Amino acid sequence: MKEFMHRFLHNKLAVAGSLILLLFLLSAVLAPVIAPFDPYYMDSTAVLMPPGGKHLLGTDNMGRDILSRIIYGSRISLQVSLVSVSIATAAGVFLGVLAGYFGKLTDGIISRVIEIMFAFPEVLLALLIMAILGPSLNNIMIAIGIVYTPIFARITRGAVLTVKESLHVEAARSIGVSDFSIIVRHILPNVLAPILVQITLSLAFAILSEAALSFLGIGVEPDIPSWGIMLNNGKSWIEIAWWVGVFPGIAIALAVLGFNILGDGLRDVLDPRLRNVEN
Amino acid sequence: MLRYILKRLVSIIPVLLGISVVVFFAVRLIPGDYATVTLGTQYTEEAAAALRQRYGLDQSIITQYFIWLKGILTGDFGFSYISNQPVALLLFSRVPVTLELTLFSLLMAVLVGIPMGYWAACKRNRMPDSAVTVLGLLGISIPGFWLGTMLVLLFSLTLKWFPSGGFVPLSEGILANLRCMFLPALALGVAVSAVVMRSSRSAMIEVVDQEYMKMGKAKGLSQTRLILKHGVKNTMIQVLTILGLQTGSLLGGSVVIEQIFSLPGVGSLALQAINNRDYLVLQGTVLFIAVMFVLINLIVDLLYCVVNPQIRY
Repeated sequence: MKEFMHRFLHNKLAVAGSLILLLFLLSAVLAPVIAPFDPYYMDSTAVLMPPGGKHLLGTDNMGRDILSRIIYGSRISLQVSLVSVSIATAAGVFLGVLAGYFGKLTDGIISRVIEIMFAFPEVLLALLIMAILGPSLNNIMIAIGIVYTPIFARITRGAVLTVKESLHVEAARSIGVSDFSIIVRHILPNVLAPILVQITLSLAFAILSEAALSFLGIGVEPDIPSWGIMLNNGKSWIEIAWWVGVFPGIAIALAVLGFNILGDGLRDVLDPRLRNVEN
Repeated sequence: MLRYILKRLVSIIPVLLGISVVVFFAVRLIPGDYATVTLGTQYTEEAAAALRQRYGLDQSIITQYFIWLKGILTGDFGFSYISNQPVALLLFSRVPVTLELTLFSLLMAVLVGIPMGYWAACKRNRMPDSAVTVLGLLGISIPGFWLGTMLVLLFSLTLKWFPSGGFVPLSEGILANLRCMFLPALALGVAVSAVVMRSSRSAMIEVVDQEYMKMGKAKGLSQTRLILKHGVKNTMIQVLTILGLQTGSLLGGSVVIEQIFSLPGVGSLALQAINNRDYLVLQGTVLFIAVMFVLINLIVDLLYCVVNPQIRY
């Protein structure tokens, strides 16, 4: 752990990514303190105000402060990405361990299901699930969670297949250690690195997916200050008020960039073989 | 080779069947009764029952699945509940738009992503490499649908160089068609180009460290010749794999991009079908996109043998 922290802190990408994400985390946690206005407050005297003055990033067509909505929007984006990736990680790792460790029929079934799910482009699958569940914050987290489950299952399965043949697992099995114990104490800690990297990258994809679905009008409820909803709204006003759509997009790109940089950095830290190759 | 092709073709049959099961049952899980949606204020029990009978919706769901599957296998995707047109015809009219958009974006990824990735690898840890790394990270982080809106703002509304939306078929003029497809293809292609660029770079970095490359250099081969003659060939498998996988992103992303640029493609047809509860159209479009994705990856698998004759299955 100490060595990991040392390498992490000396990796520029990992540190830069963490700093960007820290900024978003602080903005999400401290939203009520730092947001200059209530994100739902509609000021009919300040409709489509350009950036500057008391509205630093301007206002939208309902007179709502864009900066405040972006700050509150970071809560939605972070919540959706964290919860959906947690769902995907839990379900994917569970399925991957089952398939990789027990093999045979279990592996056959799980691998086929994963293969079928991989046949659907992510946005399309999320779209289909959202059409079934209906637009809401909870449903979008479930939909994105389901969409990213196969990637975790596949990565975990591959890693488990390698680790389960190693000597220490063979030794544990030969002295009668239970399957559950072997999985928890010997397999999972050794497949953590690729999963950790995938978690970081999936968090970035989850933010993009939420924004895309909300942009299409089948994500979160329309009154929630989500960055995707703000972009959707911004598109309608782009001709006369560019700021309504420009700033939420920058927020999305920055948050996604933070996770991507952190993911690249983590990969370097956890697998020094790849250092300076995959960035 | 032929045996491998046959084996691969057989292996995708269960996947295709699985896709059909997922598509059919997922679409049927969408809440909202078709008869209620279609009849609206004219809804009566009798009219609803007649409508359900007409489209076979009164039969068991399993029977409906097999009727649908049998139809698909014979090219009959059913009829749209809304426009009454055959789904196959609707798809047929929309496919060229999505195909053109996807191919354009893929072409961009090949023409921009691969050379830049290779260039960065050759100039490793120098300025061009850093620039490509930063561009790659930005490319995968900027949402395509936001980029699309920004491109409209700059090139359509401000500079008036390109139309902000709509589609002109190739048959009505190549230039007009290219003008309306350029911005959508750019918005869709940037992220994929970035992914391809990153992968090409890492693939080439691995290759330039190989003994045969050092040997070529020692023999006096120029850097360009070395890369073109030995480097490119040996990175092709990795690059092809990424291109195949990225086609999925392009097909999925086209749903959003078609919406922004008002392009009448398969993606916008799927969205319309969701809003209208037009089951058969939605099933047809989702099935089409998923099957396309599987087939493209099958082609990529088969190309492995062509790119590297050492691969024998």
